[in-house]
Amino acid sequence: MNGVVIATIITISSVGIIAAIILYWASQKFKVFEDPRIDEVEDALPSANCGGCGFPGCRPFAEACVKADDFEDLYCPVGGNETMMAVAKVLGKKVSEKAKMVAVMKCNGATQFRKKHTEYDGALNCTIQHNLYGGETACQYGCLGLGECVDACGFDAMYMDPETELPVIIEDMCTACGACVEACPKDIIELRPVGKKSKRIFVSCVSHEKAGPSKKACSVACIGCGLCFKECKYDAIKIENVLAYIDPIKCVLCRKCVVVCPTSAIWEVNFPARKVKPTIEKKTKLTEIKEIDLIKTAKENSKKDNKTE
Amino acid sequence: MLKTFAKGGIHPPENKFSADKKVERLPIPKKVSVPVSQHIGAPSKVIVKKGDIVKTGQLIAEQSGFVSANIHSPVSGKVFKIDLVTDTSGYRHQAIIINVEGDEWDEKIDRSEDLKRDFDFSSEQIIKKIQQAGIVGLGGATFPSHIKLMPPKDTKAEILIINGVECEPYLTSDHRLMLEKGEEILVGIQILMKALRVEKASIGIENNKQDAIYNLKKLVKNYKNIDIVSLKVQYPQGGEKQLIKAITGREVSSGALPIVVGAVVHNVGTAYAVYEAVQKNKALIERVVTITGKSVTKPGNYLVRFGTPIKDLIDAAGGLPEDTGKIIGGGPMMGKALNTTDIPIAKGTSGILILPKEESKRREVKPCIRCAKCIEVCPMGLEPYLLMTLAEKAMHERSEKEDVMDCIECGSCSYTCPSDRPLLDYIRLGKTQVGAMRRAKSMK
Repeated sequence: MNGVVIATIITISSVGIIAAIILYWASQKFKVFEDPRIDEVEDALPSANCGGCGFPGCRPFAEACVKADDFEDLYCPVGGNETMMAVAKVLGKKVSEKAKMVAVMKCNGATQFRKKHTEYDGALNCTIQHNLYGGETACQYGCLGLGECVDACGFDAMYMDPETELPVIIEDMCTACGACVEACPKDIIELRPVGKKSKRIFVSCVSHEKAGPSKKACSVACIGCGLCFKECKYDAIKIENVLAYIDPIKCVLCRKCVVVCPTSAIWEVNFPARKVKPTIEKKTKLTEIKEIDLIKTAKENSKKDNKTE
Repeated sequence: MLKTFAKGGIHPPENKFSADKKVERLPIPKKVSVPVSQHIGAPSKVIVKKGDIVKTGQLIAEQSGFVSANIHSPVSGKVFKIDLVTDTSGYRHQAIIINVEGDEWDEKIDRSEDLKRDFDFSSEQIIKKIQQAGIVGLGGATFPSHIKLMPPKDTKAEILIINGVECEPYLTSDHRLMLEKGEEILVGIQILMKALRVEKASIGIENNKQDAIYNLKKLVKNYKNIDIVSLKVQYPQGGEKQLIKAITGREVSSGALPIVVGAVVHNVGTAYAVYEAVQKNKALIERVVTITGKSVTKPGNYLVRFGTPIKDLIDAAGGLPEDTGKIIGGGPMMGKALNTTDIPIAKGTSGILILPKEESKRREVKPCIRCAKCIEVCPMGLEPYLLMTLAEKAMHERSEKEDVMDCIECGSCSYTCPSDRPLLDYIRLGKTQVGAMRRAKSMK
């Protein structure tokens, strides 16, 4: 009886010792050296794994940070400058501050401004509808309202407004990861700098349609009339393909373009209320001026065309 | 036993109301808008300008790339403007708008109705004529025909297959053409055979078009090496790969072109257009369009000039019925709902189908019950339920491995699904995403 117990103890212990020796040898032989700083950097990151930095997740981004010589192309939009400072501190490198961004919705075509002429009853997915046709309204550039961007948002920073049938971006929650920008088949959402005291001015329209059909399809569309371009003294507005674009870097937030826009396509966000709001009468006047201007420019253009021919 | 393809297939109700209606000529409208993108590939380049006087059959937009086609004026008159017009794609694209004045034809065109059997052109001359006439596949895919006639150097065409299947329910334009222009089609086939340098041609026709089969069998006796094959009534018999399998028994492998098995497929409508282009110098400016639907008072087949708004065609068929739910461009299986009646008829419009309200609404989407009916009917042997889920979850690499690109978008899966799931919609989404992914990879 004793003999069996002793034999068992000896066999099992020797198996254990041999296995330990093999494992020790293997761990030395196939050792993978991993920079301990990767873990430290990863700890400093927000662990959202959203992919906003362009890498598949936070760890690959941390690896890239450790490898990189400078942080020119590396930026975590979720953590912002603070996180990047922390990362730089871990790695002993310098980092330049970048402007904080936020997503803005560049379609203002709520149901009351943009009448529907067809009814879509297919699969509830923006890209599918986009592949099928221009959308339920006459504007083929505008929001389709099926909320693919909302589904793409990993930070609960978006919701669909049932009244306007447009997505709404909650500014404080938005991390500018860019998931919604990629999800939108119509390229309506843009990442713009947050701006001083979160004040922003932008054109809330992406329609490249000419003035006539544009206005017909949506009463708040940018018709490319050029009034804002003429009003801006800072050269911040350019009109390309019948659509105005406000350069966020050049813009000094004077709000003059907002007043002159005949279709209220230019939006101001987080500004204090104006002392005298532009009245409806003023707007109609401006529309008239715009129309006269349009006729003039059209005439000039046709003259130019004739000359060149 | 009638020939058919190997896998899957369905048999929806045929509803061919306009099968016995002779092809009539639709009056030329006052204004036509001719889209410059009526084919697969690059949009044509406009070569006329505002105020130009054009004649019927005159070139107005020329081919602008390898895969592209010429476009000719379908009417005579004055170019009113070049503007954006909603076309069958559902988007506003460039189109040439012409105000019609009289009907003056280009001098080179032979407008007589007599049959011209003999031709003496070399293969290259024929292909050039077809290219100049702007002929595209008239079955609906609108792929420029001349490219199909120039097989890559390492392949050789052995058989020309003519698609007279018309497996889509409701549509009858090809059927009527085979009945009324049988001889012209046969001459067109001979021209295509000469161009491809093949010795053999087969015309595949579904067995529900007995009169067309009888008519062509009677006429074909005078022509060598053309045979008529009657096929089982089964959708999608007219799919290119399905038709090759049914007629030759050869299977085109995944991602390959039909030419690898030595087959070239053209539609009967295309064969007729080839006859007109080569023998009569007439460019592709009109086509037979079926207007049909359960509540349409006068369903029929009309010879329509391109650029005519579908409104005119609907008026000719007795106006829009009160219970209209959807207007579909093409057949009920593969066609697409149109958003206005101003859309011009283009090279790919084989029919206009008006669906009543109760049939047009999609039913509520219910969960997948794993019945595998979609797999059973898929003529390409794919798993539609899986491809849909993959597209929904954006797992595009996996979808590529599951051969999503082989889908021919016939819609059999969506038709058969007892849970009314939008299978094809999501598979199409998967196809576009995989396509974009492949393009991005090749760019790198």
